[in-house]
Amino acid sequence: MERTTDNDALRSRELHLQALFLSGLDGDERAYRRFLSELSGHLRGFLRSRLLQRPGEIEDLLQEVLLAVHNARQTYQADQPLTAWVFAIARYKLIDFFRGRSRHDMLNDSLDDAAELFAEPHLEPAQASRDLGKLLEQLPERQRLPIVRVKLEGLSVTEAAQTTGLSESAVKIGIHRGLKALALRVRGAR
Amino acid sequence: MKTDDLISLLASGVTPVDRRAPAKRFSVAVLAGLLGALLLVVALKGVRPDLGQVMATPIFWAKIAFPLCLMIGTLGMVMRLARPGATSGPGKILVVAAVTAVWIGAIFVLMATAPDGRVAVILGDTWRVCALNITLLSIPGFIAVFWALRGLAPTNLMRSGACGGLLAGSMATIAYSLHCPEMQIPFWAVWYLLGMLVPTILGALLGRRWLRW
Repeated sequence: MERTTDNDALRSRELHLQALFLSGLDGDERAYRRFLSELSGHLRGFLRSRLLQRPGEIEDLLQEVLLAVHNARQTYQADQPLTAWVFAIARYKLIDFFRGRSRHDMLNDSLDDAAELFAEPHLEPAQASRDLGKLLEQLPERQRLPIVRVKLEGLSVTEAAQTTGLSESAVKIGIHRGLKALALRVRGAR
Repeated sequence: MKTDDLISLLASGVTPVDRRAPAKRFSVAVLAGLLGALLLVVALKGVRPDLGQVMATPIFWAKIAFPLCLMIGTLGMVMRLARPGATSGPGKILVVAAVTAVWIGAIFVLMATAPDGRVAVILGDTWRVCALNITLLSIPGFIAVFWALRGLAPTNLMRSGACGGLLAGSMATIAYSLHCPEMQIPFWAVWYLLGMLVPTILGALLGRRWLRW
């Protein structure tokens, strides 16, 4: 009986997050913000149970997964369960993370249960040890400026194009490439 | 930077995402790979002089059908592997079926050939260069397919790399068919396959490094 309730809860979470994410893909900023912030709670809980030996790195890896989810968002297909898609990204990043560590730290338990991902969220953020802001400053101007203007100062793409002297498409490409470059730097810095 | 600040950064000013972007990327890659291989074959090897005549024979189209099936199958697989959480899908059935069909055809032809003529049928006249030429012709497709994959999010890097390599190899083999004079099924079953296996193995090995994100 309890099992059914659990499954129902997971199912409704899946539908709820998927609806937010799909609106985000259509350019709805508020829905996308809510999606990311709810997702981060679930991911934090998931990563906590996987990184018992390294609690100090949960928040860093969480940020890395969020950036990866954002950069990969064009690969999501609406007929696919969102859980499976996000889980595959989190799993990939987790395995990549452990690959750079000693054998000793390798995962002991299997990483196959996608359903676990949307279990109870963990909302209490820890302190990230790596500063994304510093890594952002290291990006080349043509990527950093569009990100700072649009993403941090909240200008529109058109306004950002005017203040930076770049074309609108250069601003969009700068943001896109810049966030990908940021993800690579994040990986290199861990 | 706190996680909330990152979320805010990611969400601010999001623009609509083009859902067909992955398909467009692969269309460009396949077009570039096929055109690149065709240009290379015309420029370096030349089209076989009797192309007009052999194009009227069914065996020529059977020869094209083999790499074409592999191309369609691996394209389906690689497009799925480029997305997190998707399996390689039904494409592999086509790949296995095409290879099996060519091998069955090869065995039939060899059984119908006199025992001392069999080696000659397998080796043809160009066995020394065939696999090498196919590998060479697969370079443009290899670069194009890896470019497409790098813009997406493959999570199984070895498998994606191998599939991408086989896709490049099959496009190269289609182009090479316009030059290659060999019309014996056993020859294709060995040397075409070998030529396509080289980029496949390279793709698997390089995928782990080049496709990492």
